[in-house]
Amino acid sequence: MYHIISIRDFERRDLDYLLDRAQEFDTGDYRPGILDDKLVALLFFEPSTRTRMSFATAMARLGGRSIGVDSVEASSIVKGETLADTIRVVGGYVDAIVLRHPKEGAARLASEFASVPVINAGDGAGQHPSQTLLDLYTIRQSMPIDGIDVGLLGDLRYGRTAHSLALALSLYGVTLHTIAPGGLEMPANIALELRERGMEVVEHSDVQEAIRDLDVLYVTRIQRERFPDSASYYNVASSYRITPDHLAGVKDRLMILHPLPRAGEIDPAVDRTPYARYFEQASNGVPIRMALLHEVMK
Amino acid sequence: MSTKDPSRGLLVSPIRNGTVIDHITAGEALNVLRILGITGSTRECLSIATNVESKRMGKKDIVKIENRELRTEEVDRIALLAPQAKINIIRDYKVVEKKGVEIPEVLKGVVRCPNPGCITNTNEPVESTFEVLPKGLHCLYCDWLIKDDIANHII
Repeated sequence: MYHIISIRDFERRDLDYLLDRAQEFDTGDYRPGILDDKLVALLFFEPSTRTRMSFATAMARLGGRSIGVDSVEASSIVKGETLADTIRVVGGYVDAIVLRHPKEGAARLASEFASVPVINAGDGAGQHPSQTLLDLYTIRQSMPIDGIDVGLLGDLRYGRTAHSLALALSLYGVTLHTIAPGGLEMPANIALELRERGMEVVEHSDVQEAIRDLDVLYVTRIQRERFPDSASYYNVASSYRITPDHLAGVKDRLMILHPLPRAGEIDPAVDRTPYARYFEQASNGVPIRMALLHEVMK
Repeated sequence: MSTKDPSRGLLVSPIRNGTVIDHITAGEALNVLRILGITGSTRECLSIATNVESKRMGKKDIVKIENRELRTEEVDRIALLAPQAKINIIRDYKVVEKKGVEIPEVLKGVVRCPNPGCITNTNEPVESTFEVLPKGLHCLYCDWLIKDDIANHII
């Protein structure tokens, strides 16, 4: 049985294969109704808009159907049921489970108890592999990933999307540039792991200086709750905000990505520049999730 | 045959049946007992020697436990604190088995994950699971890395 739990479980060829499959779904190169006899459970024990909707959309486009739980309040978790039991029960109803859960490692646990494949749609501050795949897919639409310069900007301490993406990019000979406010730098053990994987990691303190040599700038949300008060949040957030002024002298092919939702990290005026690719990135969630759903249920 | 200096005689007497754990890293004897679940209220007859001179280690600790033979999973735990420890199983005053300790590749239910957000720290029916890497212990559920102070995380 094939589970999608963590980007750490993937080798380069696995990622390339899934990206190729996503491209086929993206271009309509598949049999309509290919999953029309399949049912997926979307178990979302944490709020989500785009991840949940794009999984539901992907399943519908493949001809399959989805059922689901939207919140802990609406589930038997409030009666004290363990996730393990929920997974065993739901596994008896459906052909695959997509799980979003606040605890790290929840998807790994689910895969151990499930009688059907499990796809991790985010587990707390842990992994979110379908996001990483759609990030890679978006980059690959514009340029080969091998050997490019990618900047990660924002909350690199808690941002799970940044960690997952960095791990995946380490398989492509990418040079990583990190730009983070004090206290939100990439954890030392993750930077060490990336370097052990042979990745060059360059730390920057200045956005303007870093952005000129980048092929991709990946911006993540700086969360207000990470700061002691609103004033220090606004102070940091404003100094890391990308505006059109930052884009003078950048490479022509620079693409700015963001996992969304954004909270002021990117000036809306940037949306109108050719560098802004985050909405396209969000829409790529559908073909990637089509590829994943098809892969685990084919 | 060498003549032993009587002033440096045995600190603790031999045991008839049980386990002698020798070559424990100096100062770790009490932690070894703790992870074996042997507390002050134990009924077993215990001898503990700490900071004993050792040719090989400089100083070492020794623990003798009467009438108890250690199981493999207990030995695994000791390996985390005292990788050079030697386990001697004693029957009728004779060493019937002598084995080193070996840190296994995966530790199940031995170490508690320090990450409060880890699924293994909930009421789920799973044991903590860590892979043993040169840089530390890596939680296979949440990817947390324990780099030092492992004794404090042993369940």
